[in-house]
Amino acid sequence: MLYREAGQFKSTYAQDQQIFPIRQDRVAVTLFLVFAFVVVPLIGDQYWLGALITPFLIFALAALGLNILTGYAGQLSLGTAAFMAVGAFMAYNFVLRMPWLGVIPSFILAGLCAAAVGIVFGLPSLRIKGFYLAVATLACQFFVLWMLQRVGWFTNYSTSGVVTAQSIVILGVPFDTPARKYLFTLTVVAVMALLAKNLMRSETGRAFMAVRDMDVAASVIGIPMMKTKLLAFAISSFYCGVAGALHAFCYLGTVEPEAYSLDLSFRILFMVIIGGVGSILGAFLGAAFITLFPIFLNLASAWLHVFGIEISHATISNLELIIFGGLIIFFLIVEPAGLARLWQIAKEKLRLWPFPH
Amino acid sequence: MPIEVIFFIEVLAGGLLAGVMYALVALGFVLIYKASGVFNFAQGAMVFFAALTFVSLVERGWNFWLALVVTLGVMVVLGLVTERVVLRPLVNQPQITLFMATIGLTFVLEGLSQLIWGSQPHGLELGIPDVPMEWLSQKWNINISQFDLFAAFVAGALVAVLAVFFQKTRIGRALRAVADDHQAALAVGIPLQHIWAIVWAVAGFVALVAGLMWGVRNGVQFALTFVALKALPVLLIGGFESIPGAILGGLIIGATEKLAEVYVGPFFGGGIESWFAYVVALLFLLVRPEGLFGEKHIDRV
Repeated sequence: MLYREAGQFKSTYAQDQQIFPIRQDRVAVTLFLVFAFVVVPLIGDQYWLGALITPFLIFALAALGLNILTGYAGQLSLGTAAFMAVGAFMAYNFVLRMPWLGVIPSFILAGLCAAAVGIVFGLPSLRIKGFYLAVATLACQFFVLWMLQRVGWFTNYSTSGVVTAQSIVILGVPFDTPARKYLFTLTVVAVMALLAKNLMRSETGRAFMAVRDMDVAASVIGIPMMKTKLLAFAISSFYCGVAGALHAFCYLGTVEPEAYSLDLSFRILFMVIIGGVGSILGAFLGAAFITLFPIFLNLASAWLHVFGIEISHATISNLELIIFGGLIIFFLIVEPAGLARLWQIAKEKLRLWPFPH
Repeated sequence: MPIEVIFFIEVLAGGLLAGVMYALVALGFVLIYKASGVFNFAQGAMVFFAALTFVSLVERGWNFWLALVVTLGVMVVLGLVTERVVLRPLVNQPQITLFMATIGLTFVLEGLSQLIWGSQPHGLELGIPDVPMEWLSQKWNINISQFDLFAAFVAGALVAVLAVFFQKTRIGRALRAVADDHQAALAVGIPLQHIWAIVWAVAGFVALVAGLMWGVRNGVQFALTFVALKALPVLLIGGFESIPGAILGGLIIGATEKLAEVYVGPFFGGGIESWFAYVVALLFLLVRPEGLFGEKHIDRV
């Protein structure tokens, strides 16, 4: 009853082509954005904003990037963290060496650098696919991290290899508190998510999906394989690069290669799987799940503590691994299409509610 | 012989023997991929789990052989449980889904093994000292570890046994049939579930052997799980479906990696072994996209 599109007629092409064609969706998205931009910074404290919501948004952006590549274009990648690292380090260097450029152009340039790296390591995808490609992207992961550790230029010849990210100043306004960093991150993520949503329903997005579903068939109907695959790598890496820059500037506050290990690549892959492969919303749901999950586990162990059951720290981290892995398997078995699919089912149910057949 | 030649031979031999160790891990991947089309990322975790279980049992005063048999039993049970709990519900899902399920399995195994046995590193002794072969070092002044040779021998024996198993036995033929085409195999009456259970059990056995060898070499510790990452370039070169490919790929990767580390590494400031094998494998793939012995896939629309 609440979620029903009956009576919403489209009488112009513009209406027919809107991103959210159903009025309820438009209202919901607007309300959600207002909530995120106005209410959250007001009610959130430092810990929530700085340690939970900001990283959630950043990981969601990275997951979005990987989702474009893996979910839409069907190229499995295990090098996400490396693209993030490129973005983080290049953003640092652009801000450091070209201060007149401003933060936002620096971030965009950093994203473009990540895209360039993505294109280079996407080249094998023209020749190999599937697991061979997945393993090949590991080469990117290891090579990029090695490079960032070895070549002093990237860390401005810092002896420890760890550098402090500069503070973000836009038009004289410093983004230094957790709330302001959150707002900055949110703006970037919202704009980029909207762009991605739009891109995926364009010709480019449809070409990606055709390649994913069957690349031979796609090339037979005239989709240029090289352009499409490399474009997928470039766009995906751009998103990951910007996410990496945000990760360093708005979350960690430092730029260091260790933050972008293979582990992070896997975490982002999990976000995509749990959220839903090939879904923009899924990237956000998955990121929320993976970011919040350890917090729940800590809370649970705190409750057990109240009941007099003592669990050591090592046990908790091991249990966390087991539950984490178990959940992934569980999700794959129960709902291979991820959390986004659950939301879709909910929408279908809502359409008939409260009078199902 | 001039000292440079001796040094070169030593490096090369060391690399080849290290390559055999990589091949041991790669074998586990190949077995499962060959029979079920699953790229089992959990192989590294299985190696760690097997080695840790064995060494913990021995440290608790168990007899060597008893511990070995019990660990083998644990690995077989683990394989059966994996097949039942993880793979069976995922039949007919795309390969990528199965791959991700094995990443989940990796986390479960890593957590489980450390939960049961603790996370402190252990040393492991098999009674074969890790010292240079005496007659070799006396006669030609070449230092090659006795243990490395032993490991190479074990790997060779394992490959021979597996090759015979796959080629000559009834089960082996069934395994190859399943690898070729699940549905056709089912149609001629091959029980898919049994076959997968057997393959996972055998992979568990291979993981145990690899775990013992690597455990002696590097100690039984969490870093053992990263051994799997070393085995992946081997797979790329050898092909995902080939047992001899795993060995040959291992030798190629081991030798080039060691040689590059010694002769090329200093120009880059060292530490290139973390990615060099991958780059070699990548370049190789540009020439042969399915590896040395991998099956060539013909795409049909």
